[in-house]
Amino acid sequence: MYRYDEFDATMVNDRVAQFRYQVERRLAGELTEDEFKPLRLKNGLYLQLHSYMLRIAIPYGTLSAQQLRKFAYIARKYDRGYGHFTTRQNLQFHWPRLVDVPDILAELASVEMHCIQTSGNCIRNVTADQFAGAIAGEIEDPRILSEIVRQWSTFHPEFSYLPRKFKIAVSGTAHDRAAVKFHDIGIEIIRNDAGETGYRVFVGGGMGRTPYVGLEIGRFVAREDILAYLEACMRVYNEYGRRDNIYKARVKILAHQLGADEFRRQAELEFAEIKKTGTLQLPERELARIAAYFAPPEFEDLGDEPPEFDAALSDKDFANWAKTNLTPHRAKGYAIATISLKAIGATPGDASADQMDALAQLMDDYGYEEIRVTHEQNLVLPHVKKRDLPAIFARLKTLDLATANAGLITDIICCPGLDYCDLANARSIPIAQAIQQRFADLERQHELGELKIKMSGCINACGHHHAGHIGILGVDKKGVEFYQIQLGGSGAEDASVGEIMGPGFGKDEIVDAIERVVDAYLKLRMDGERLLDTYRRVGMVPFKNMVYQEQTHAAY
Amino acid sequence: MPLIKNGAFAADPFVFVPDGRAFPEDTGVMVTLARFQGERENLFAHHAPVGVRLASSENPEVLKSDLHRIAAIAIEFPIFRDGRGFSWARMLRTRLGYKGEIRAVGHFLFDQLAFMVRVGFDAFEVRQDFRIEDFTRAMGEMHYVYQPSADGKKTIFDLRLGK
Repeated sequence: MYRYDEFDATMVNDRVAQFRYQVERRLAGELTEDEFKPLRLKNGLYLQLHSYMLRIAIPYGTLSAQQLRKFAYIARKYDRGYGHFTTRQNLQFHWPRLVDVPDILAELASVEMHCIQTSGNCIRNVTADQFAGAIAGEIEDPRILSEIVRQWSTFHPEFSYLPRKFKIAVSGTAHDRAAVKFHDIGIEIIRNDAGETGYRVFVGGGMGRTPYVGLEIGRFVAREDILAYLEACMRVYNEYGRRDNIYKARVKILAHQLGADEFRRQAELEFAEIKKTGTLQLPERELARIAAYFAPPEFEDLGDEPPEFDAALSDKDFANWAKTNLTPHRAKGYAIATISLKAIGATPGDASADQMDALAQLMDDYGYEEIRVTHEQNLVLPHVKKRDLPAIFARLKTLDLATANAGLITDIICCPGLDYCDLANARSIPIAQAIQQRFADLERQHELGELKIKMSGCINACGHHHAGHIGILGVDKKGVEFYQIQLGGSGAEDASVGEIMGPGFGKDEIVDAIERVVDAYLKLRMDGERLLDTYRRVGMVPFKNMVYQEQTHAAY
Repeated sequence: MPLIKNGAFAADPFVFVPDGRAFPEDTGVMVTLARFQGERENLFAHHAPVGVRLASSENPEVLKSDLHRIAAIAIEFPIFRDGRGFSWARMLRTRLGYKGEIRAVGHFLFDQLAFMVRVGFDAFEVRQDFRIEDFTRAMGEMHYVYQPSADGKKTIFDLRLGK
């Protein structure tokens, strides 16, 4: 994985000192809360319902064992013994004290981490495919470009006060696990007919109250031009993005108002101007330097069906886990293992300090350099020898980290909701837990196949409900929590925005309603169809009829 | 308002003259874009040096043909969150080759000064109680930069290549 050189390290240390001074000025009363707010936000420090919340950047979701241990240490010393992994591959601590934050930053800097631009109206932490470097069919490891973009966007003097926040994601395969079309800018690494690697650039995707799938703006941006192209898109947005209305300020509004052709025309005018100066061309040597950090480990020449693995399949628990939580690796005899942070009844995305320490130990014991965070709020061991899997599974089991539900109905994306967040209208965590309980039976989950439930406690859509096969949105109606169901969303390469099914359900009705959606799917599905496929074939009406017809309570 | 120019307090050679007011004698004037466009020749003939004050929504490219004789361009920040001025300054310096003064006016924060200098601002109208030590401090908070901008500062990418 990437390692800081003296320059990167100095940047982060300078930032710690800078923020320490900002906190001092705040504590001394030299800065009002109003003046302090944009400064702390640029450092990922929010004021939530009960306390501050600190969001730590995990660039493109890659962590070392040392970094994971540092999280555990911070969780114990400065927080309440756990952390929360987010849909942007970040980690949040929900209970730090303001006076401790500079020290926490110094702890993070000591392991090459920071909170820079994890909030505020700037370019946020760059996300990427969690299977980078391990998955077959990858054109290029998306973390190489992601790291370049991370550096270019860090303290960008021109784009630190944008109309709104700005999120960039990168995918290195045609199969999209990074939801690139739901980002302000999504980049897909592609190869042209001449065999050259380049970038397809989508602009204006997003969720929130006006969800949009991104528009294809750059069809094939050459490798050395990508920063110039990004800068061009950013400049069009900085100049023309709306600043009069916070709800219309994201680039998705501008891009969809202008249309793909006009946005592209403006971006390319800027691009031509920027190229003239020549200063943003990516030097091949620097590209190679960064790429070298992401070179995969040396893979041993292994057989694809080690006897240890095959023998373990007779254990039903292991077989179930292998079925959902393992993904084929590009190297023979290896697998990609997803560690679910969605144990039945747990808070989706939370990990305790003990779990983090134990995972770090496991990484050390097996010589794994890195672990990944997924936007679906799980963790991933990217390069596991298949013959080691039974032993690893056994260890994960003792940590309550062996839930065999990756991609299944209980693998729910869920925002912190009204339990923590002052923007939320409704609680999400208890609803997610109730759905998990209802569908806890693993056989039933497997019978339902890939089924992505995504839930947000307010219209800001941190829980990606627009992209859920089943999306759930918490709303507040006259002081009562209600939940709307959406069907047909997808955050993958076939990106689509879910449609609202109809009137919402109360907190005591929503789990029954979800079960009726699922029952409707079982009645309607044809062989091999996921719920998403069935929905796309039959549309909303049959689902709606079955869900509302069988409803005994009055819906609002 | 006190003026900081090139890192130190400096006398202000311009008086901002709101639209409709008479021009004072014997001093440079700063006017709005609308007034500049309406009275350009009179201004250059009788009231030099001439400065133009742009609202945050006004793209400086409209001044292109007069840039060589405009001594200063002030860019307004109606609120510190409105970051359009960062792009305008950058374009003035890098694309339009503007060599005159670029002045930040309005509402901006200590913590934005370093970014402002990077994109090409060299003058700042600051609050009465502003301490010059804070300006110096703001300039020194970060040792390095990752991206090229109007200040021509070597980037980390350059330094790594030994440039």
